[in-house]
Amino acid sequence: MKILVCISHVPDTTSRIAFTDNNTKFDTKGVQFIIGPYDDYALARAIELKEATGATVTVLNVGLAETEPTIRKALAIGADDAIRVDAEPVDSFFVAAQIAAQAKADTYDLILMGRESIDYNSGVVHALVGAMLNVPAVSPVMKLDLDGSTVKMVREIEGGTEQVEASMPLIAGCQEPIAEWKIPNMRGIMSARTKPLKVVPPVAVESGVKLQRFELPPPKGAVKLISPDKVEELVHLLKTEAKVL
Amino acid sequence: MHVLVFVESNQGKVKKTSHEAVAYAAGLGGTVTALALGRVEADELTALGKFGASKVLHAADDRLNQEVIQAYAHVIAQAMGHTAADVLVLANSSLGTPIAAQVAAAVDASLATNVVALPDTSSGFAVKRSIYSGKAYCWVELSKPKKVIAIRKNAAEATGSGGSAAVEAFTPEIRDEDFRIKVTGTEKATGDVLLPEAEIVVSGGRGMKGPEHWGLLEALAKELGAATGCSKPVSDMGWRPHHEHVGQTGVKVSPQLYIAVGISGAIQHLAGVNTSKYIVVINKDPDAPFFKAADYGIVGDAFEVVPRLTEAIKAARG
Repeated sequence: MKILVCISHVPDTTSRIAFTDNNTKFDTKGVQFIIGPYDDYALARAIELKEATGATVTVLNVGLAETEPTIRKALAIGADDAIRVDAEPVDSFFVAAQIAAQAKADTYDLILMGRESIDYNSGVVHALVGAMLNVPAVSPVMKLDLDGSTVKMVREIEGGTEQVEASMPLIAGCQEPIAEWKIPNMRGIMSARTKPLKVVPPVAVESGVKLQRFELPPPKGAVKLISPDKVEELVHLLKTEAKVL
Repeated sequence: MHVLVFVESNQGKVKKTSHEAVAYAAGLGGTVTALALGRVEADELTALGKFGASKVLHAADDRLNQEVIQAYAHVIAQAMGHTAADVLVLANSSLGTPIAAQVAAAVDASLATNVVALPDTSSGFAVKRSIYSGKAYCWVELSKPKKVIAIRKNAAEATGSGGSAAVEAFTPEIRDEDFRIKVTGTEKATGDVLLPEAEIVVSGGRGMKGPEHWGLLEALAKELGAATGCSKPVSDMGWRPHHEHVGQTGVKVSPQLYIAVGISGAIQHLAGVNTSKYIVVINKDPDAPFFKAADYGIVGDAFEVVPRLTEAIKAARG
């Protein structure tokens, strides 16, 4: 069995978000980049499946050379080899088209990724790849087990969960608690240095989305503190000032 | 301009976020047609006129009673053709977001999800999206003739004074291959206010000390007509189910009012709530970082403050 895990290279969840160049570029100063947290869950589940079934795990990232340390980390966690599509991931459609092109060149039984990236937050790449390859796509998946060639999953829906199943090939957008994040050990880090990392050019895509500018939310005013003995005052403020009651 | 709106329903009732989607579509100007799939109550459909729909298409095929993404996307793409729609509007959700993607791919449309406001059409057609888990926004231009827009809660106000809409049966082609994903079971909280839909959310953290104390929060939520949520440690410890976990890797909410009780306010939690209109924080630790993100705060013991607050709200309601 062959598993493709698509990872994003995103700012650490605790990063301060700022922009430069007249609000048209993300300010990378002082920002540490990580494997997207949701993608990290997908990767962890893929490694578990590899350990259980002997599957091979390939990681794929769409990004410029600066993402290679992130890709090496995925190799250190246990992926066998990696593909970097050498391009800036400009929008979801572009990224999905790159993944679809790689999946056409080399077929995979399972394509796993996070339910969304934590920078662009579109939550659609898995569904787009599904449409492009005409392969079923499921998201957000919190549990994924194999039963022969059938994949049994638990999907989160508003206010609950849904059990779904489908045959491979299949695409899944993953989230916790599908697996526990894996931390690379020293042996993994050493072996990651020599694992194959193939750099491929992007396929041409006509993008329908063009970034104009970034914007930060207005700063929050100071909190109004209310004495714990005077909760009536809070109710009054919520009614008359915030007008939310 | 022709705008099609896919409306989601829950137990036969159209969801509030879909009312907002219809209102958003009406705000674009042009003719608005709503599309409902599967079993939905008839008066729920005609009532969509109130929010700005001039017509409602209803595909009542039994096979559509199950919310299967691929099948829904194929039907919606056909409805776009049927109504000559330039724009599809729907609500961001576990159903709506992947459908948006699949329809956009099928009809070759520009796609934007997580949209928070009406477009700026002064030059082209630009929409404002929430990015970096609510920490920033971006404006993107949708350049293709067809556009698919998935809106976040509160992108439009679901009020309106329109009349009732005419309902028309819609009989699209439904393909077996769209049911390759089989739904074998569903577990859903019933009767409660759904967390992503709620106008008021009462959330508890580790400061609640154990699942046995959730009754306090539930009493407050009941008084407010609110949904209950929790922090990540609370769902990790199994005190509450995962679908109540609010935060970066959980549910992202944008209610009118978010009340956080005994939650310190880690940045990952704030990422799930920072688009709330007002935030109230109740915590006995005056240095809890959540106070910096709050509009109103009470430094005090949750076990004393929460019951008092419940009573005060009851009294204020009369």
